[in-house]
Amino acid sequence: MDAFRKGLRWVFLTVEGWLDLCFPERWNPLRNLGALGFFYLWVVTVSGIYVYIFYDTGAAEAYLSVEAMTHEQRYAGGIMRSLHRYASDGMVLFMAVHTLRELAFDRYRGPRWFTWVTGVPIMALVFVCGITGYWLVWDKLAQYVAIATAEWLDVLPIFGSPIARNFLTPQNLEPRFFTLLMFLHIAVPLILLLVLWIHLQRVSRPRMHAPRGLAMGSFAMLLALSLVKPALSQGPADLGQVPSVVGLDWFYLVLYPLIDVWSPQGMWGVLGALLLMLTALPWMPPMRRAPPALVGLDNCNGCTRCAVDCPMAAITMAPRSDGKPFEREAVVDPDLCVSCGLCAGACPTATPVRRVSAFVPGIDLQHLPLRDVRESFDRAGERLRGEGRVLVIGCDQSLRVRDLERDGVAAVSLPCIGMLPPSFIDYALSRGIADGVLVTGCRPGDCQCRLGVEWTEARLAGTRDPRLRDRVPRERVAVHWAAATERRDLERAVAGFAARLRGLEGASAAQHAAAARRAGGRG
Amino acid sequence: MARVLRWLGQAVAYGLTALLIGYLADSPPYVHLAPDRALIKLAFAHGAVRNEGCRRRTAEELERLAPNMRRQVVCPRTRVPVLIELELDGRILHRASLPPTGLSGDGPSRIYERFPVAPGRHRIVARLNDTGRAAGFDYERAADVDLRPGQSFAVDFRAEAGGLVFR
Ligand code: HEM
Ligand code: SF4
Ligand code: SF4
Repeated sequence: MDAFRKGLRWVFLTVEGWLDLCFPERWNPLRNLGALGFFYLWVVTVSGIYVYIFYDTGAAEAYLSVEAMTHEQRYAGGIMRSLHRYASDGMVLFMAVHTLRELAFDRYRGPRWFTWVTGVPIMALVFVCGITGYWLVWDKLAQYVAIATAEWLDVLPIFGSPIARNFLTPQNLEPRFFTLLMFLHIAVPLILLLVLWIHLQRVSRPRMHAPRGLAMGSFAMLLALSLVKPALSQGPADLGQVPSVVGLDWFYLVLYPLIDVWSPQGMWGVLGALLLMLTALPWMPPMRRAPPALVGLDNCNGCTRCAVDCPMAAITMAPRSDGKPFEREAVVDPDLCVSCGLCAGACPTATPVRRVSAFVPGIDLQHLPLRDVRESFDRAGERLRGEGRVLVIGCDQSLRVRDLERDGVAAVSLPCIGMLPPSFIDYALSRGIADGVLVTGCRPGDCQCRLGVEWTEARLAGTRDPRLRDRVPRERVAVHWAAATERRDLERAVAGFAARLRGLEGASAAQHAAAARRAGGRG
Repeated sequence: MARVLRWLGQAVAYGLTALLIGYLADSPPYVHLAPDRALIKLAFAHGAVRNEGCRRRTAEELERLAPNMRRQVVCPRTRVPVLIELELDGRILHRASLPPTGLSGDGPSRIYERFPVAPGRHRIVARLNDTGRAAGFDYERAADVDLRPGQSFAVDFRAEAGGLVFR
């Protein structure tokens, strides 16, 4: 499983790298897969409402109404029908890639099991939507789908008379059958929406909206495809005639040939095994988890920043329990916590320059408290020599920054770059630990802990608390995001930064720090 | 220049996605039944007569039961199996004894079978036994049909229509 994930991850990062060459960083489709899924769902919904208006139920009416829509109003109904079909296909495509990606990046186990497991019924529901949709057209493909589905359902011992018998001859087919189908085709998507809502209950600030440029591009693509290859029916259904050769929609009907190849029972077996395996995956094997974040009430003032910044909605603010004169206190739900440290990076009490000998912020990681991080900063400073000394601060989720170490370059790795309180950068520069600090981590939109990169950028830009203080010389702080496959790129960035630092006036940060101290202490 | 190349790259990415979606939306075609074959479908749900009468358990039978279960007389509601035979041009195509469905064996017997055959003239005979009689059949229907390629020919059973139905 480990090797499989690694390989898959490498494929993703490589293709993502290609796409980064032509898409703006934040538009990269592979970093917006969930949002793209939603985008396609919206296109399906709007086009579906239009198509529904012109659809008639009934064995003869269904086919004729779809034909009329397709040909008599080619540039309205015809396009809408095509959009409905292709956006549905796109949804399956992006859902599949989204699922593979969460798998590849190990975002399906541990506290994330809930989001993964709720994804499984989503998959099933999407397929039911597509299958009933193709059925409604009542062309030859619909006939094939109807009969195959009926034969498939009939092996379940729940129906008295085989459903497939309804499709033996036209006389057997009842008009209210289409009313039932139409009902299913509307009700199941509504259930799908509900389950999607549940899917995102444990994701704090889910990215549900594709960036505008990506949405426009995707829509233009669907529109172009609809014009070049309008969705067509495959001739009216004729129950006296077997639909021998059909143009299958392989996105939705990929399992159907198995009914013929094996048997309906075989197909149930495959499907059951597949769903069972997907559901059990988060525990095969379960994730080895670091201990959850720990609140130190002595230092927590109930400011809520950690709760707001937590990517897993793992922190709630509870009424104060220790008698301190604050209204609330942070409480961590250990079942939801992924031990990313974003909360520690957000806490206003996480300032390393505090002289308190026992440096304990309001919230901290048990396996890597910020006190240890400060110590590793100090040790990194001892390793650094020469001019243009760079301290690289990276994260365990992306490439191993320790591999970048050499003369003049030292590195410290955190569970997520979002754990870094900006005051630590100040600390490194003002104590003369390094001449410059380079911050790196997963690429934007790709943060393993979802929000770490976003929060770091905002904190450094001074738009989000805790902010990087104004007195920190910005020319000594660099940010360069890099995926695990972009080591050479990062090495070049570090070398370039070191060269810039050497060129700076009063080259060493220690001199700058001394000047700052003379000018007004630590403030 | 770099800008144009980037736009071009995006266009290629969208183009490839559109190609994938557009192609797999209806291709490659799936051959469900070879175009030069016809199909005979045998499908119905029909309940045979019930096992009749109550009977007295033998002494050995009673011996094997738990003491609190030793009822002398048993009256099963189960149905007998339906026997179906389908003959094509004098050859038996399918013969089956269809057990009743339902947990207590009192539901209808069901069958759904498909037989791809060569098109052309055929003599089709269907026979059905739903009374558990030891020999012979309760229903029989025969027909000479000319099957077109791709034709779907149904063999059904409808008690209300007088028995076996060909369509
Ligand atoms: C069309 C169907 C689906 C849509 C629209 C959808 C949408 C989303 C969205 C918007 C997110 C949040 C992404 C973020 O903000 O980082 C998400 C997360 C996730 N999805 Fe889906 N999803 C779908 C189907 C699935 C399926 C089938 C699975 C797997 C069985 C799945 C597994 C996950 C997981 C594990 C996460 C959590 C990521 C994390 O916690 O970092 N999703 N999904
Ligand atoms: S470590 Fe991460 S997931 Fe856990 S409480 Fe802190 S911010 Fe939330
Ligand atoms: S950020 Fe720190 S001080 Fe604020 S609520 Fe969280 S633990 Fe308490």
